[in-house]
Amino acid sequence: MDSALIRIEHLHKTYHMGDNHVHALRGISLEIARGSLVAIMGASGSGKSTLMNIIGCLDKPSSGKYYLDGVDIGGLERDELADIRNRKVGFVFQQFNLLARTSALENVELPLLYSDGDKSKFKERALAALTAVGLADRYDHHPSQLSGGQQQRVAIARSLINDPQLILADEPTGALDSRTSVEIMGIFQKLNRDKGISIVLVTHEPDIAHYTNRIIQFKDGHIVVDEPVANPRNAERELAEMPEVVEEEEPVA
Amino acid sequence: MNKVFQSMRIAFRALRVNKLRSALTMLGIIIGVGAVIAMVSVGSGATDRIHQQIASIGSNVIIIQPGSQNTGGVKSGNGNAQTLTEEDARAIQDECPSVMYSSPLQQNQQQVVYQSNNWGTRIYGVAPEYMTIRDIRIEEGQPFTAEDVKSTNKVALLGKTVVDNLFAGEDPIGKIIRIRKVPFTVIGTLVPKGQNSNGQDQDDMIIMPISTAKKKVMGGGRQNNWQQVGQIMVQARDGRNQNAMDEIESLLRQRHRLQATDDNDFQVRSLEEMAAAQEQATQIMGLLLASIASVSLIVGGIGIMNIMLVSVTERTKEIGLRQAVGAKTRDILSQFLVEAVTLALLGGCLGIAMGVLASLGISYFAGWNTLVSLPSILAAFFFSALVGVFFGYYPARKAAFLDPIEALRYE
Ligand SMILES: Nc1ncnc2c1ncn2[C@@H]1O[C@H](COP(=O)(O)OP(=O)(O)OP(=O)(O)O)[C@@H](O)[C@H]1O
Ligand SMILES: [Mg+2]
Repeated sequence: MDSALIRIEHLHKTYHMGDNHVHALRGISLEIARGSLVAIMGASGSGKSTLMNIIGCLDKPSSGKYYLDGVDIGGLERDELADIRNRKVGFVFQQFNLLARTSALENVELPLLYSDGDKSKFKERALAALTAVGLADRYDHHPSQLSGGQQQRVAIARSLINDPQLILADEPTGALDSRTSVEIMGIFQKLNRDKGISIVLVTHEPDIAHYTNRIIQFKDGHIVVDEPVANPRNAERELAEMPEVVEEEEPVA
Repeated sequence: MNKVFQSMRIAFRALRVNKLRSALTMLGIIIGVGAVIAMVSVGSGATDRIHQQIASIGSNVIIIQPGSQNTGGVKSGNGNAQTLTEEDARAIQDECPSVMYSSPLQQNQQQVVYQSNNWGTRIYGVAPEYMTIRDIRIEEGQPFTAEDVKSTNKVALLGKTVVDNLFAGEDPIGKIIRIRKVPFTVIGTLVPKGQNSNGQDQDDMIIMPISTAKKKVMGGGRQNNWQQVGQIMVQARDGRNQNAMDEIESLLRQRHRLQATDDNDFQVRSLEEMAAAQEQATQIMGLLLASIASVSLIVGGIGIMNIMLVSVTERTKEIGLRQAVGAKTRDILSQFLVEAVTLALLGGCLGIAMGVLASLGISYFAGWNTLVSLPSILAAFFFSALVGVFFGYYPARKAAFLDPIEALRYE
């Protein structure tokens, strides 16, 4: 019914802490089409994460409307939101948020536990997702045995597992060095291009933002800039030109 | 079902991470369940022993003994009052419709001699009915008859222990044994009954006609009254114990010519009633012990609740992540509930093992009869699961209703 994957109208979010009211989002309207690759930027405290949480159905707006895939999120119950997160949204976090003492494969399988898919296909699907991020051979490694970049790739594989329409990544490269950051951006570009998954990411680094097609600038809970990227960078091509680092990390497939 | 299995696996993994902590938490349940199992086994062991005693005496048995009902010092001076006689025994059998059999009984410890062997045993002087009342059977030979009683025949029935000690492998039937120099013909041997639950040998006995026993073996003090007997044993008809007791009482009062104001000069007691009273007492005792023990089960439950609360706090971030990737309220709830129940059940199983060991130890070292029953094991299993659910619910609920964003941000 709706061509836009995300439609936000006059969105406000206020946090109440005793007598203190923090007005984190102050009337935001926004549309993100299917298949977009969008970066959100802005100073610390400007409301980026708050918006991401609402888009990801982890939180509800104080006022205004939010439609995800045509569904009015404001009217949903706790468990209905959980179901939408499970089926339609994948999350990638700055700190990876993998379960310790659990293999990469099982970490990737995690969202499947809460969906009603065919259990016999779990392993197959998780391996496919790990292959998509170029980490199939590390499936039985635990997070502590993986580098930061590899851990983030496991996290991306996890976000992919239920074939979501949307991946949300709040500062996905915040804990990674620049080369690894480019690798991660390469994976996002590839997923966006090949699978048509919409990706919204938050970043503080203009370099990283230029791997996307659209940059939204935040300031004090308002959108101040919203413009397409004239010449998006291509992570894959840049990586190929970069001098090979002596590291056991596989190049992105 | 698959989900439960899944949760079980996650739970086991979570518990393995903190092995020592899980073990210490389970200790409360282990001790609680172990104590309950052991206490219940002591209680049902005591009850079981009472049942055995009834069975070894025979069913529907009523015992009549001479003497006043209040056995307190003053009233027991019934020296010249008429006490129980063989006639009483016969009258009870003939005149009380609810009585099936009745037999007088006079017993005494005596030395028995066969050739160069001698053995001290208990002599039971009885009527032929006694065999039926006590369910004593003849293994070889014949029982004695009413005719033997009438004629004061010197015949004897020997228990296995007596046979073993007097006749080394020899066939005792037809042999002559001597008791106080009086020769007796062995006319039969008794089917062994083994030890009773008090450890008393029930085969160490000789049974003979009451007339013979009194005149030939126990003569002496009671010369003046050949009719007196030590007690009368009665078997009532099935289900008519109380009727029989009432009939016996009024018959004996009449026979003993007691006035309405006089106290009974005899006591009528039903073994079943005595046993039932005793059984009730032990059951109450067992229940008391078990309820004290179950307090420690509750303490164990509180331990589980405590550790689950710690676990929920420690794993807040994990919970947030699970919620973010789609775990619903009931998914998180069941995950932690299953973990608590697993903890409690594991403790319960170890506790059952502990309790069984403890009850074996009690019966071995203290010599008490203990009985671990399947129902008590099942109840313990079920109850520890219940403890897990009860004390695990609050922490699990707390986990399930965490705010996903706050949980994710928790460090
Ligand atoms: N749970 C909360 N309770 C109260 N205030 C909050 C809460 N979450 C965020 N805020 C406030 O809302 C405002 C926006 O926060 P938000 O986390 O969205 O910023 P951000 O743009 O993501 O910043 P950063 O770049 O540092 O991550 C801040 O002032 C913050 O203090
Ligand atoms: Mg933020």
